[in-house]
Amino acid sequence: MTQTLVEHLVEKYGKKRSSLLPILEEIVRRESYLTPQAMVEVARALELSNAEVYGVATFYSFLDTQPRGKYKIRICKSLTCGVKNREVLKELKKLLMIEIGGTTLDRKFSLLMTNCIGQCDHAPAMMINEKVYTDLTPEKIREIIKMYKQEKL
Amino acid sequence: MAELVRKVQYIFDKECNCQEILERVVNYDPDKVIQELVESGLRGRGGAGFLTGIKWRLAKEEQAFPKYVICNADEGEPGTFKDRKILEEVASKVFAGMFICGFTIGAHEGIIYLRGEYAYMKEDLEKQIEEFTENVLKSFNYNFKISVFLGAGAYVCGEETALIESLEGERGEPRNKPPFPVTNGLFGKPTVVNNVETFASVLTVFRLGAQEYKKLGTRDQRGSKLICVSGDTPKSGVYEIELGMKISDFVKEFGDGDTKAVLIGGYSGKCIPEKKFEKTVVGEGRPSGAAILLLNHKRSMYRVLHNILDFFAEESCGQCTPCRIGYQQLLKGIEAVKKGEKPSEYLDSLMDLTETMRITSKCGLGQSAPNFFKSIIENYREEIIY
Repeated sequence: MTQTLVEHLVEKYGKKRSSLLPILEEIVRRESYLTPQAMVEVARALELSNAEVYGVATFYSFLDTQPRGKYKIRICKSLTCGVKNREVLKELKKLLMIEIGGTTLDRKFSLLMTNCIGQCDHAPAMMINEKVYTDLTPEKIREIIKMYKQEKL
Repeated sequence: MAELVRKVQYIFDKECNCQEILERVVNYDPDKVIQELVESGLRGRGGAGFLTGIKWRLAKEEQAFPKYVICNADEGEPGTFKDRKILEEVASKVFAGMFICGFTIGAHEGIIYLRGEYAYMKEDLEKQIEEFTENVLKSFNYNFKISVFLGAGAYVCGEETALIESLEGERGEPRNKPPFPVTNGLFGKPTVVNNVETFASVLTVFRLGAQEYKKLGTRDQRGSKLICVSGDTPKSGVYEIELGMKISDFVKEFGDGDTKAVLIGGYSGKCIPEKKFEKTVVGEGRPSGAAILLLNHKRSMYRVLHNILDFFAEESCGQCTPCRIGYQQLLKGIEAVKKGEKPSEYLDSLMDLTETMRITSKCGLGQSAPNFFKSIIENYREEIIY
């Protein structure tokens, strides 16, 4: 399956080095993280060494190379959000029953911390995959997680 | 009562007619465009503060083709969110600014490098680019194509040469300078990299004219400037102002009545303590960053410093040893002093280390170390130790 996807993406973005990032980004978008197999496929398709691809993938924090859930929750930990996110974080841990860095057993959610996401005027803020949620409160968190659990997006 | 902070409204002024300004500017000779920009004193709004007109002139004089125009929308400095607001509200001004640049230097391709955190905007931006190309750019006899490239969560890619590496499909590791991107940029070709706000400000320059534009602001920082206010303040948000205000006035306007310190320029900037509020003027001397973070007396400066160091230790690209190891050592060092495992004098050795990092690192990420570190240690030493 990965092989067909990689072939499709190479066709879409072109067989050139500068397509590497868009290709890796799209695999992550579709499959949630980069498996070793996916990186090897990309290396082969773009005629790069495996190490080159691995080196690029592990450089960027949004190109996950560890197994992740379908929905990656990234909570901002920089100053403005950092001093306001304690309650929100507590609520998330309670609801998902995981710690930071963890993934739920059903592989639906991963809970991660991230550096400033540029929403300081609406702190605390977080991202779920590419979506941004701001002015968070424990109540808001409960609603958001409920929505995702029921796949009502 | 006179306003303490001089607010103006240009960038977010939606009445501004891009079409009219573009029609006027494309009739200028490219050299005249550059001359106006130089005259206006407009400096890059990304932080480094290089004169925009000079940058464009250098790229225009290059004979190699194709040339590229890159809009740096990798706004990663903690506490900064002005570029986000520009792209959300007046993106067409950025496209117009990029077009003027392309037309001036002889480039036919523009790329917006959008940080991964702003991925939610990508689709909408692409739609707007399509409309703008169809409705505005098509009416000019100059072919210019704009696209959006998505980053993937790396602060260092805000550095222009790291950004170029990233566009080329590499790890975002800054290059040695010189050569600068104006001569050897994307794919080795002449490239102008400007910040989102810079491109939007180009429109303000041509709307007002250089003479009027340079009357705004201070001698070191001409024109209007966006600032991002956040932290312990009831009025967080983006404001367009003329620089040249005293921190004490700023705090009166934006503080929560309990302000202890102000971080100017985000994490890579400086920490100004209460006792220096009266004497410090934003926009004089060193280029002033866009982020202004207010901290009140509830904040522990040890926690603040720890947060900043943790950020840089994580975001260092790892290429220069002093930056890679330096931030880790600074972090361990202040932890050791806090725990009493090291004497308080150890902080002085750490300050020396930041100086080494400044001298020996390739880019701003490592070079910024002494700015915030020294200004926090020197003013809040006891908070770090006890």
